[in-house]
Amino acid sequence: MSSADSNRFLRRASRELRPGLTVNLGIGLPTLLVDYLESGFPVCLHSENGIAGQGPAVPYERADRNLIDAGGAYVSTLPGTSFFDSATSFALVRGGRLDLTILGALQVAGNGDLANWTIPGRFTPGVGGGMELAQKARRVVVLCTHRDKRGQSKLVSQCSLPLTAPACVDRIYTEMAVIDITPEGMVLREIAEEHGIDEVVAATEAPLLIHENEIGRF
Amino acid sequence: MVGGFGVPGTPFCLIDELVRRNSRRLTLIKNDANEAGMGVDHLLRNGQVERLIVSHIGLNPHAIELMNAGRLAVEFCAQGILAERIRAAGAGLLGLLTDIGVETLLAQGKPVYQVDGRSCLLETPLRADVALIHAQRADPFGNLTYAASARNFSPLMAMAAKTVIVETEELVGLGDIAPEAIHTPGPFVDHVVPLGELTEAYGVVRR
Repeated sequence: MSSADSNRFLRRASRELRPGLTVNLGIGLPTLLVDYLESGFPVCLHSENGIAGQGPAVPYERADRNLIDAGGAYVSTLPGTSFFDSATSFALVRGGRLDLTILGALQVAGNGDLANWTIPGRFTPGVGGGMELAQKARRVVVLCTHRDKRGQSKLVSQCSLPLTAPACVDRIYTEMAVIDITPEGMVLREIAEEHGIDEVVAATEAPLLIHENEIGRF
Repeated sequence: MVGGFGVPGTPFCLIDELVRRNSRRLTLIKNDANEAGMGVDHLLRNGQVERLIVSHIGLNPHAIELMNAGRLAVEFCAQGILAERIRAAGAGLLGLLTDIGVETLLAQGKPVYQVDGRSCLLETPLRADVALIHAQRADPFGNLTYAASARNFSPLMAMAAKTVIVETEELVGLGDIAPEAIHTPGPFVDHVVPLGELTEAYGVVRR
């Protein structure tokens, strides 16, 4: 994926962040979405370690040693920021107050199953807050590369990796396409300008429903 | 159990003392395992920890190595459920029911109940012999406040151990913390240790 591809699909995905939403952005690509928002954009960022209304990341020289996000980055406060303990933080998630989470993925299945926390024997860092975010956020969006490092599609008929949560994903953004999870399976909504429908189908292991006249470009 | 999420809230001085005392065969309950060479990693390096109950150890490759080599038993728990299991112990509850983790690896071995037609798991409380806590301010009654994101698991752990030991950046007089500003009320706290000048461990980490 070139950086131009990356920029365009991240810019497209950043439109998920609508004014007034309370949002948790996963570590990795999702965290980058804030770079596409205009300064002062009215979205409330939640961090698992006990922050709502988190401000932008800051360089080391201006860092407060007591103020990090859940990924360990030094962040800042804004007017309206609040701090709370970890039980309150996840009450916000499980209790239905988190409007949106945007997460990375190892695999997403056609029924919305998400696997993003372990590759048994190779990658076992622990689940952190991922299960609760995936299972309880009111909208779950995945932001990931279309294929993994070995060239295998991340969009699969059935996840072979252990699940983070079953049937939880609403929409997927990759550098190639925007895909919705529906009761009928994955539906192709938009494709990136430089890609054809055939390429997206070839890169997608899961069956993809395509309504050719309705597909947008980004 | 040890408070902290990353550096903020980790009681580095109390951990160093635990290393010096060389207490063995510990079960350690903490959100994370800090980073290699920092905080509770010193306990791991010294072979003092038998079992780790955490939500995430991704920032400590050394802990992952010990786990993969079979030298450290690790129980992973969803982060908010870890918090609730600790809170439940502190609140004198015998468990909690949740649908988090149903149909995943984390459900293995846990009793399943039906509530309102939905499957849920019984999660047991986590109570410790000792909780080590870092506070920003404490008074002689044990009232505590925490700074910014250093609060995380500390108020929960301060309720969930037989003995609660607190290190504090500032020890103030009775009445110097406004009653409505107190995060952990004094009756939960057994011992308070004022810190001198903070060591580098408490500072900003440049990665």
